[in-house]
Amino acid sequence: MENKITALNTLHKKHGAKLVSFAGYEMPIQYSKGIIEEHKSTRENAGIFDVSHMGQLFIKGDSLLAEDLEKIFPVELKNCKLNQSKYSFLMNDEAGIHDDLIITKVVGGFNIVLNAACKHSDFELLKKLLSDRYEMNLSEELSLIAIQGPKAVKILEKIINGVSKLKFMNGNSFNYLDQSIYITRSGYTGEDGFEISINNKYAELFTEKLINQGANLIGLGARDTLRLEAGLCLYGHDMDINKSPIEASLKWAISKNRIISGGFIGHKKIKSQIENGINKVRVGIKPVGRIIARENTAIFSEDNKNIGEITSGTFGPSIQAPIAMGYIESSFSKVDTKIFLEVRGKKYPASISNLPFYKKSYVKGANQ
Amino acid sequence: MSEVKFSKEHEWIKLDGDTATIGITQHATEMLGDIVFVELPELGSSVAKDGNAGVVESTKAASDIYTPVSGEIIENNQSIVDDPAKINADPENEAWFFKLKISNKSEMDSLMNKEEYEKFSKESGN
Repeated sequence: MENKITALNTLHKKHGAKLVSFAGYEMPIQYSKGIIEEHKSTRENAGIFDVSHMGQLFIKGDSLLAEDLEKIFPVELKNCKLNQSKYSFLMNDEAGIHDDLIITKVVGGFNIVLNAACKHSDFELLKKLLSDRYEMNLSEELSLIAIQGPKAVKILEKIINGVSKLKFMNGNSFNYLDQSIYITRSGYTGEDGFEISINNKYAELFTEKLINQGANLIGLGARDTLRLEAGLCLYGHDMDINKSPIEASLKWAISKNRIISGGFIGHKKIKSQIENGINKVRVGIKPVGRIIARENTAIFSEDNKNIGEITSGTFGPSIQAPIAMGYIESSFSKVDTKIFLEVRGKKYPASISNLPFYKKSYVKGANQ
Repeated sequence: MSEVKFSKEHEWIKLDGDTATIGITQHATEMLGDIVFVELPELGSSVAKDGNAGVVESTKAASDIYTPVSGEIIENNQSIVDDPAKINADPENEAWFFKLKISNKSEMDSLMNKEEYEKFSKESGN
């Protein structure tokens, strides 16, 4: 099947992108300066990410819709304020994760941002779960552009007046030229930043303005090192249909009230896992030496028992060390527990680490 | 000193008497992306033509390094182990990987010259 392209494809090529096939799209893995430079420029300045391959789903409805969505997602939506965003999951009855997503209450309904590889199956599943009662639109007309990093707010404010007033995980509509665009203060890099939903026709011009203000284009490669340093999961790797949010150490994203009240898909399993514990759990892992343990690397205990598997591993450019995440038998999940990673037939020492690997040294305010 | 020769696995080799200096090509570094770690063969170990002689890890993936000729490892470039970014910066000079005492000089004959290698890397697209 031929890859789709985003509205920024020409711009990517103009900036020396190496393009790869990703979730059915031709996407930039890196630009001419390379992953490490791109990573650092996001942490020190501001990076622009084309995330237009992700799904932007709008579901039209009122309080009835909020009630119906609460039967699906483990978050509180009936009392969700206008323009407030929440991170959640689409699960099956066994609390296996179909997808992780962001739901935002907007005028007239809810916006849901979905992973590219899952967006069509999510759409069909949600349609079925909502019994076709609501108008649903998985947009083909909208691009999604993220700007992330300590200078993101200053740069975006120069183009869109008022974005600096947005609070984390909140959004609003803004005017750009004759267009209404929707911006949320969110992202997936461990940095302050914004995600801008904008009509495809204006996406390139808008992105060029961000570049002219000093932000750099960042590819999927650095997006991966940034999110892994920030301890964030990548769907299809660190979470999937065989893992629950509890096992993925994402209990924080499930509303406490909803755990008590129930009534969402997967509740029984979630409740039982919280009460009875889990066999495997996602942890951060730091190899001791100069070794990168990539996905599928086997994890061993000190007495040589196979106790788990790496789901993401790379070199963290900001912390200048190899980092990984994986699933491990719960009894070995305590921070500083010594483990071994089998790489190229040899076992290398590592230890369980706190997440995130990388933390910002300043407090992030909403009005800087 | 003889001319520089190239392998299909994107290594370069320079022969000086019995001593061959081996590294990876500019083209290889462009494919690999930023190199973050390198593992070199042990001093004194014997390596066979086209056999495994180390690993480079880039931000994207791990790739094996192969030796284009057989011999005994007599020197390792520790500076690229300490600072792997040197490999991206100057792969065909300063950032050589290892030196070996070549055991069979005729193995050089099957390798490509610069012109042939450039054509090969362009055509193979990898």
